[in-house]
Amino acid sequence: MEERDSVSVAVVGSGGAGALTAGNFLLEAASLAGWQGLLSRTVGPQIRGGEAAALVRLSDRPVACLSDRYDLLIGIDWLNADRFGAEIEVGPRSLVISDPRGGELPAGVAAAGARIIELPMKEMAKAIPDGRANMIALGVIARLVGLSIDVLSALLEKRLADKGRAAIEASRAGINAGFEAAAGYDFTLRLPAPKPSSARRWLVSGNEAAALGAIRGGVRFAAAYPITPATEILEWLAPNLTKVGGVLLQAEDELAAINMIIGASFGGTPALTATSGPGLSLMIEALGLATAAEIPLVVIDVMRGGPSTGIPTKSEQADLNIAVYGCHGDAPHLVLAPQSIGDCLFTTQWATYLAEALQSPAIVLSDQFIGQARAAIERPAEIAFVGQRVRAANIAGTYKRYALAANGISPMAIPGTRGGQYTADGLTHNERGIPTSGERDHNAQLDKRRDKLAQFKFGDHWATREGASELVVITWGSLTGTAREAIGRAAGDGVETSLLAPRLLSPVQPEQFAAVIAGKARALIVEQSHGAQFHRYLRAHYDLPPEVRVLNRAGPMPIRASEIHRAIMEWS
Amino acid sequence: MAVVEMRPACKPGDYKSDIKPIWCPGCGDYHVLMSFSRAFAELALPPEDLVVVSGIGCSSRIPAYTSCYGFHGVHGRALALAAGLKVTRPELTVVVASGDGDGYSIGGNHFLHACRRNIDMTYVVMDNHIYGMTKGQPSPTTEPEFDTALSPGGTGLRPFHPLVIALASGANFIARCFSGEPNQTAAVLVEAIRHPGFSFVEILSPCVTFRPDEREWKNLVHPAPVGATNDPAKAARRIMTDDGFNIGILYRGDRKPYRPAVGQAGVDLAELERDFEL
Repeated sequence: MEERDSVSVAVVGSGGAGALTAGNFLLEAASLAGWQGLLSRTVGPQIRGGEAAALVRLSDRPVACLSDRYDLLIGIDWLNADRFGAEIEVGPRSLVISDPRGGELPAGVAAAGARIIELPMKEMAKAIPDGRANMIALGVIARLVGLSIDVLSALLEKRLADKGRAAIEASRAGINAGFEAAAGYDFTLRLPAPKPSSARRWLVSGNEAAALGAIRGGVRFAAAYPITPATEILEWLAPNLTKVGGVLLQAEDELAAINMIIGASFGGTPALTATSGPGLSLMIEALGLATAAEIPLVVIDVMRGGPSTGIPTKSEQADLNIAVYGCHGDAPHLVLAPQSIGDCLFTTQWATYLAEALQSPAIVLSDQFIGQARAAIERPAEIAFVGQRVRAANIAGTYKRYALAANGISPMAIPGTRGGQYTADGLTHNERGIPTSGERDHNAQLDKRRDKLAQFKFGDHWATREGASELVVITWGSLTGTAREAIGRAAGDGVETSLLAPRLLSPVQPEQFAAVIAGKARALIVEQSHGAQFHRYLRAHYDLPPEVRVLNRAGPMPIRASEIHRAIMEWS
Repeated sequence: MAVVEMRPACKPGDYKSDIKPIWCPGCGDYHVLMSFSRAFAELALPPEDLVVVSGIGCSSRIPAYTSCYGFHGVHGRALALAAGLKVTRPELTVVVASGDGDGYSIGGNHFLHACRRNIDMTYVVMDNHIYGMTKGQPSPTTEPEFDTALSPGGTGLRPFHPLVIALASGANFIARCFSGEPNQTAAVLVEAIRHPGFSFVEILSPCVTFRPDEREWKNLVHPAPVGATNDPAKAARRIMTDDGFNIGILYRGDRKPYRPAVGQAGVDLAELERDFEL
């Protein structure tokens, strides 16, 4: 029997058919059985009746990205499934399971040379009281990947407890029917048995991990305006902030949301909002205010396709320019990017710590892929970063809120502190905060705000650096895991490649970057942006190796590990 | 045992900073500043527990002229900033200062939602029916026939009616004042700050530079003939039918202020991970 190092399954159906539920159950059951895995969703913009797909990849080791193509594709129905185009690719070694009454197979799937088995999932479901076709599909998958009925049964008891006995039994009967139907298939996708592990394990999405990271970093106020694909951060924070003495306020728009967190932070409470590109665009003016008035805060931007409304449900890395350069005037601030689902926790916690320490706004550039994907991972290690703002206390004499301290960080008085009264201002101001239009104060305060960021020691977390080869893949954000997989495959082919992925995008780290690049002859820059924003950003701030190639593409078609692997091999 | 510190009696001068206002000589906002000081002294609030939040415009310069904490933010967003501050620091007294451009034009949406949200704060709009800082463009409260460089021959637009909007949106206290009557204005501000929930005080404050005709307001204003009502229907009828110069507290509602649920601090953060554990 053939064993693989990972198995990839796509479940497709029109919105409401339950494809995403089947995918979630599959990931969780596989996790309970000891495997690791990743579930990404790709959906159209409609709430119901659009196209939806759950993309699951399982392995006995950590899974950082989706695979190039799918071993198993199940179509509960094929309504509008052609809209996914190349996002869900199958090949001659794939198995496609299709309901004959589910509409016409998309042309791309039909032409792929995959083995196709017809299974009347809808009809089978009808034979079961309250039966649903997605559970039939789940039973089929369970048989093919080697997942036991017992694990699935235990999961149903847990997940459907509030829906009652009948719902659990209907689902169980559906899974059984699928499991039996697949018994006769001469096809398996069996994974190696999971390695026994005593590590505590989590099933978590990037958005949830980011929200937990924020609370761990000290955030106790959030302002919320719903936007796809960031809303889950706010929905997770709403109940959980109150458990730790915090507050969430729903704002009337993103302009209000960013100003609410400025107000909360001015009052001494570490504060956050989460949004996506259109919301970030609206927040930019107030981010400039927070920079000028030196108000710590965190904005998580879960990037989606742009410009304008773009593709709300799908991922892209094209908000780099606005995050780094969006403000008018010279407005240096923090920009960070998490590199995996688990790293959403670390990076958001670190961003909160840095924002507080540096009295600066921090933008966290997550994206739809890691934000809405759900992973079974080992519990991330706890880190010690908790926001500690330098506060002014026991103030005697004239308080200078923006005093020109050597490290650029001036103690901040918060309301209630006697003698610390000052007016925070977006107008150019002097050390006391009093508005001025003179060149001396303008330059002194611009220098102060630049230098506090430039002088800070960010430590090793600024970037992921792996390998010593003269050929380096430079990427960022959610593509870090994909690049690592490609580098692993190239190593298997005998080609060594190193990896550099900055987690800290602003302020730039020229000395540290130069140290990594020293001796490297070639750089392959990989990014999910039509305009190669990351490449241009690197060019603007850093010296690159003599030879540079760029692999860039707009979303929503993810850059695959196979493409990076091919680019490495073609250059060897 | 808590040590109770004796403070000297509060004088209006204790609430003024050493910064000289940028306002034109004769600007109504000087009197509003005087009214702020008198009201704060009357309430005997420690200046460090008072926060004055504003946006952009002539009137929005007021925070730095007080000895309180202040925030001079971006144009139109003062109410949102103040909301974030007040829900996280409910023990502070929060006063928001704005003008007719800042509050009713660019900040109009926040005005609606602040009234509706009913957080315990006081919103003071110094209304001079003109954009002063940008030198005389029509604001939402400018009369339709008023001629400006940006609106030759007038806008032809019906003015915005802030008091009715506030009432319809759920403000809990609504008053109209005239800057030229600083004692009366101070007395209304004291009531507004004491009243729970969102209090809205519109102060007619002449712009002597771009609206010299507003010097005439002192002859037009008159005290409201009857006291405040808590009946929104009655208040609406009165506000809709008065001459715009009716001065006093016009509505005093009894909606409960918004206080978000806040849990206990000190809960073990490890509890939050339970959601994720397999």
